[in-house]
Amino acid sequence: MITVVLPSHLRTLAHVSGDVQLEVGGQATQRSILDALEARYPMLRGTIRDQVTQERRPFLRFFACEEDVTHEPPDAPLPDAVASGAEPFFILGAIAGG
Amino acid sequence: MSSVRVLVGTRKGAFVLTSDAKRKHWDISGPHFAGWEIYHVKGSPVDPNRLYASQSTGWFGQLIQRSNDGGKSWEPVGNKFAYDGIPGTHQWYDGTPHPWEFKRVWHLEPSLADPDTVYAGAEDAALFRSIDGGQTWVELSGLRGHGSGPSWQPGAGGMCLHTIILDPSHPDRMFIAISAAGAFRTDDAGKTWKPINRGLRSEHIPNPTAEVGHCVHHIAMHRSRPDVLFMQKHWDVMRSDNAGDSWQEVSGNLPTDFGFAIDVHAHEPETIFVVPIKSDSEHYPPDGKLRVYRSTAGGNEWEALTKGLPQRDCYVNVLRDAMATDALDSCGVYFGTTGGQVYASADAGDNWTPIVRDLPAVLSVEVQTLP
Repeated sequence: MITVVLPSHLRTLAHVSGDVQLEVGGQATQRSILDALEARYPMLRGTIRDQVTQERRPFLRFFACEEDVTHEPPDAPLPDAVASGAEPFFILGAIAGG
Repeated sequence: MSSVRVLVGTRKGAFVLTSDAKRKHWDISGPHFAGWEIYHVKGSPVDPNRLYASQSTGWFGQLIQRSNDGGKSWEPVGNKFAYDGIPGTHQWYDGTPHPWEFKRVWHLEPSLADPDTVYAGAEDAALFRSIDGGQTWVELSGLRGHGSGPSWQPGAGGMCLHTIILDPSHPDRMFIAISAAGAFRTDDAGKTWKPINRGLRSEHIPNPTAEVGHCVHHIAMHRSRPDVLFMQKHWDVMRSDNAGDSWQEVSGNLPTDFGFAIDVHAHEPETIFVVPIKSDSEHYPPDGKLRVYRSTAGGNEWEALTKGLPQRDCYVNVLRDAMATDALDSCGVYFGTTGGQVYASADAGDNWTPIVRDLPAVLSVEVQTLP
C-alpha cells in the first residue's frame, strides 16, 4: 500500500480526513500513483493534472523521502520507501495567494 | 406561499440565502466549497432544485458542482473542458498570437426546457454544452471557429465568455458576450454565429466601430420581449430592439456610463437597472456613493436609487454577474459587492437593505422565485 498525502482542499473534495492508502499496480511512479488516486476518487480528476494535457497543475509539487520529485519524469520509479509504504508521497500546494 | 432563494458566488465559496415572499428575514447557508472561487451558481428554470455551480482555484483548476436539492447537498460532476480540434490562437494583450487555453468557467446557463442541459461560458472564450447534467461537456465550436476568432483579445479580467442568454421564443437562438470580442448570436442552436456589434463604439480600439473587439460587460433581456436587449459595455449603456442587429446608446444622464452589471425588472420590460462605476482603473462608485440607477423608459432617462445604500466612503465594485431580479409581484432587485455585501430591494429599487454584509468579495448573484 502506498500512502498519499493530499492538500487539505483535495481531502475535503474526496471526503477523506487523513492520508490516503492506495493499491498501485506495477511500479510506483508519479503517473501510476495519480492514476490509482483518480480511479479511486474520480472527483479529483483534473485537480492535480489537467484533464486534457495531463500536465501537473503549476501550483502543485510532488515530494518523496524529503526530495522534490516534481520535475522527475512521470514514469520514473519513486524511491523504494514510497513503493513499500514506509514513506508517503506528498502532493503539496504552493503556499501563496489570498 | 412563495419564497426566494438567492445564490451567491464569492471569492471564497458559495452562499445560499433564503427568505419568504416578504423578503425581510433571511437564512444564510454556507460557505459551500469554502476557500474556492465560485464564479457562478444558477438554478434550472424547469427544476428549481437543480443547481449548477462553477468552482475553481488557481491551484486545483475547475470543478462543476451539481445540486438536486436546492443547494443543501452537492456532487462534483464533469470538469473536462476540451476545445474541439486544434485550439488555434487568439491575440494576446500585446497583439501576438496566443494559444487558446482553458482557465475557468465564468457562467453557467441551464436550459429553459431540460434540467440536464446546461451551457458553460469559459475563459479562454468558448461555449460548452452538457446534455447529461454536467457529466460531460462538448464545445459548440462554431463560435470559437468564427472567422474573427484569431483577432479576439482578452479584457483585463481575461478573455472570458461571461454572458449566455437563451431566447424563450426561439429555441435555437442564443446570445453570448465575450470580453473583449463583443456580442454574438446563433439562430441554429450554436452551429453558426454572427457578431452583433453594429452601433457599438469603443474609442480604445484601433477601429472604434469594428465588427469585433468590443469589451461588452453584460447583456440582459426580458423574456417577454426577447428581441430587446440591454447592454452594459465597458463604456456606454446600449439597447437593441432587433435582437442585436443594431444598437443605440441609452446612457443618457448617468453620472458615468462605465459599469458591469445590468438587469431588467421582472414585470416591466422597459425598466432597467445599472450600477455606474468610475472608470477606468478605479472601479468604484463615483464620489464614494453606491447608487443603483433605474430607467423606466428603457434607457436615456435615469434616476438614482440611494435609500439604504451607503452614500459616503463606499469604494466597492459590483461585478457583471452580480445583479439579479426576482419575479414576485413587487419585483425584488439584488446585487452583491466586492466588499461582501448583498443588497436587496423588495420594491424595485426604491428601498435597499443589506441582507448579508460580510461575505467574501461577491462574484455573482442569481435569484430563484420559488412557488
